[in-house]
Amino acid sequence: MSQLVNMARLMQGNEAVAEGALAAGIRFFAGYPITPSTEVAEILAERLPEVGGKFIQMEDEIASMAAIIGASLAGVKSLTATSGPGFSLKQENLGYATMAEVPCVVVNVQRSGPSTGIPTAPAQGDVMQARWGTHGDHPAIALCPASVAECFDLTVRAVNFAEKYRTPVILLMDEVIGHMRERVVLPPADQVMVVDRKKPAVGPDRYYAYRPDEDGVPPMANFGEGYRYHVTGLVHDEAGNPSTNPKIAEQLIYRLHNKIDSRLDEIVAVEEMETADAEVVVVAYGGVARSARRAVKEARQAGLPVGLIRPITIWPFPEQAIHQLADRAKRFVVAEMNLGQLRGEVERVVKGRAMVTGVNRVDGELVTPAEILAAIKEVG
Amino acid sequence: MNKALSSLGPSDISIKSKWCKGCRICVAICPKKVLAMDAQHKATVVNPEACNRCRMCETHCPDFAIEIGVKET
Amino acid sequence: MQEHLETYLRMERLPHIWCPGCGNGIVLGSLVKAIHELGYDQDKTVIVSGIGCSSRAAGYMDFNTLHTTHGRALAFATGVKLAKPELKVFVLMGDGDATAIGGNHFIHAARRNMDMTAIIFNNNIYGMTGGQYSPLTPEDRRATTAPYGTIERNFDLAELAKAAGATYVARSTTYHNSLLTRLMVAAARHKGFSVVEAITACPVAYGRRNKLGDGADMLLAQKENAVTVKQAESMGKDELAGKIVIGELYQAEAPEYTELYQQIIQRAQARASKGCN
Ligand SMILES: Cc1ncc(C[n+]2csc(CCOP(=O)(O)OP(=O)(O)O)c2C)c(N)n1
Ligand code: SF4
Ligand code: SF4
Ligand code: SF4
Repeated sequence: MSQLVNMARLMQGNEAVAEGALAAGIRFFAGYPITPSTEVAEILAERLPEVGGKFIQMEDEIASMAAIIGASLAGVKSLTATSGPGFSLKQENLGYATMAEVPCVVVNVQRSGPSTGIPTAPAQGDVMQARWGTHGDHPAIALCPASVAECFDLTVRAVNFAEKYRTPVILLMDEVIGHMRERVVLPPADQVMVVDRKKPAVGPDRYYAYRPDEDGVPPMANFGEGYRYHVTGLVHDEAGNPSTNPKIAEQLIYRLHNKIDSRLDEIVAVEEMETADAEVVVVAYGGVARSARRAVKEARQAGLPVGLIRPITIWPFPEQAIHQLADRAKRFVVAEMNLGQLRGEVERVVKGRAMVTGVNRVDGELVTPAEILAAIKEVG
Repeated sequence: MNKALSSLGPSDISIKSKWCKGCRICVAICPKKVLAMDAQHKATVVNPEACNRCRMCETHCPDFAIEIGVKET
Repeated sequence: MQEHLETYLRMERLPHIWCPGCGNGIVLGSLVKAIHELGYDQDKTVIVSGIGCSSRAAGYMDFNTLHTTHGRALAFATGVKLAKPELKVFVLMGDGDATAIGGNHFIHAARRNMDMTAIIFNNNIYGMTGGQYSPLTPEDRRATTAPYGTIERNFDLAELAKAAGATYVARSTTYHNSLLTRLMVAAARHKGFSVVEAITACPVAYGRRNKLGDGADMLLAQKENAVTVKQAESMGKDELAGKIVIGELYQAEAPEYTELYQQIIQRAQARASKGCN
């Protein structure tokens, strides 16, 4: 017990991300400074070389994204962190990582926008950019922490998902969580579950870089290990060679989706609170979820049948969980620091079976418990 | 590399017709007028005896279609 | 040559996609010969390229090949090299790739002086997209996006590289391809960021529109217009106009990035172990 107390540390969300990254085996970071994500870079600039890892400040976010992909192909687990305008610049090569199936993690500490917005103010306006920011049809995984401890856990999970499914994973934070300080107890290194990419089971002569195993994920040889193959963002065949064959194109795009969509039970996580008998379900994530929790508690104290669902995995969207709640709930209240980006998803899943309303702020301020409570009471 | 120059015959200039794209670079660059374009716009050997094995055609063919052989003895 | 091709190229992928008379194949041939001479282990060599006709070269090469996004090749290469400094890295780019969309990455790669060799296929035009002007298209040339002639001044790639901090800069042409091979070898042996500009013909998207003839004419024009570094020394500015200066243009010593970073690691670890005691 006393040991645990000793290990408890007051820590910022961004710091917990850096710690989680190190614990998950991240040994390469490339980035470009931007508020409110800069601490991740600053901490890793100091910590990575201590463990023999590499840090580099690139000339912009496009280059940072490119560099982490290059490093990952060379066999080193890689991560970058950014915010708002920088996340926009990541998109081109995020798509590349999806297409070429290169494991990597992009941390986006959301801030007010569009454009430069209010650099120091929180927002959740990148929910859809995290899903559809890069062009073309593609799957996306985005995780959304709501506490400092969860920043650590979800960073580890993001790295593990990236490695396991050979895909970029987005850690979708917001300024509230990134800059919040909480007392956390980090698990000892040997208790952190770390996943590494699958190695080829065959020799170089029989290796096809993009021939999937049964799970839809091709084993990955790192550059320099004797497996010489081609990596491209073009549609490619199983050897990695460019192709314009419609069949190959279709197979590839479907496989990229299926390797994620066929494992929703592993990837999708939600937190539910008091939902069993809830007639009003609040949907909130990230910083806003904290206000929502308070509001739900107060509503319950006032005797109202109110619950909370918090998507921890925001993409793929937790359709199943929302779908089930819609059987009982009369109303969903989606609270978010944007004008209804996730509300649209909830509406899509609820399909008119319940009412869906929103509590929305885009003034750079966190949605308050009182605002959510007011919305809960509004009609119900 | 340059051994057995004297025993050079026509077969030592090999042109992979399938790879030749008919750009005529080899014809233009050959100092000895050994090569010409045929009716199918492919390079062909017309004057093999004149070849001095300078390899200008080989190194300038963008399509790796020409090989100046080395006679093994 | 043929045995080099069989060793270093993915023969099943040939013939390549380039147009008749395109110089890209000649540059590729030079690179293959250079790597053979260097004796690099194919397993430990990475060929990174951007997007453009020229960047397709990577796909034909039997190495670890990384065909990236337009302009970003050097940034990908930076990640590869820093992550695994023991890998040899070549970066193949078109002129638009390297100096327009990738211009920022280019100058910063030069400034960092990370040990890799950038090879720019300079055909003075955007080939792949059909002939739009690039930052290396000379003034008063025709391009699909300059139907009345270009009015932008072009970069001198070598000067740009030098000013940005590259520590080895050389230029040759596809006509002078044995020199090109030698320069590639020297560039690769040089420790630091090296740049080799390969002047190459794009008869289809550039030559035709500018009445420069076909690939053969353009190749022979390189012979006419080239002057060696030595010859250039005794030539005035006016005399040099329109000439291509070939040879080793610049060489300097500067600390190499990945070696400096190794020192950072030692410093960090020394401090961390002190902190623990
Ligand atoms: C972000 C982006 N913008 C534009 C393009 C379209 N594009 C493809 S290749 C190219 C230019 C190619 O010219 P260059 O780099 O000189 O190479 P070349 O084809 O002449 O070898 C352009 C503009 C692209 N692929 N990506
Ligand atoms: S240079 Fe090569 S491709 Fe061109 S005509 Fe001669 S053999 Fe054919
Ligand atoms: S080797 Fe020289 S002389 Fe012989 S065909 Fe080729 S270019 Fe002509
Ligand atoms: S368009 Fe120009 S650069 Fe592209 S392959 Fe054709 S000739 Fe070569």
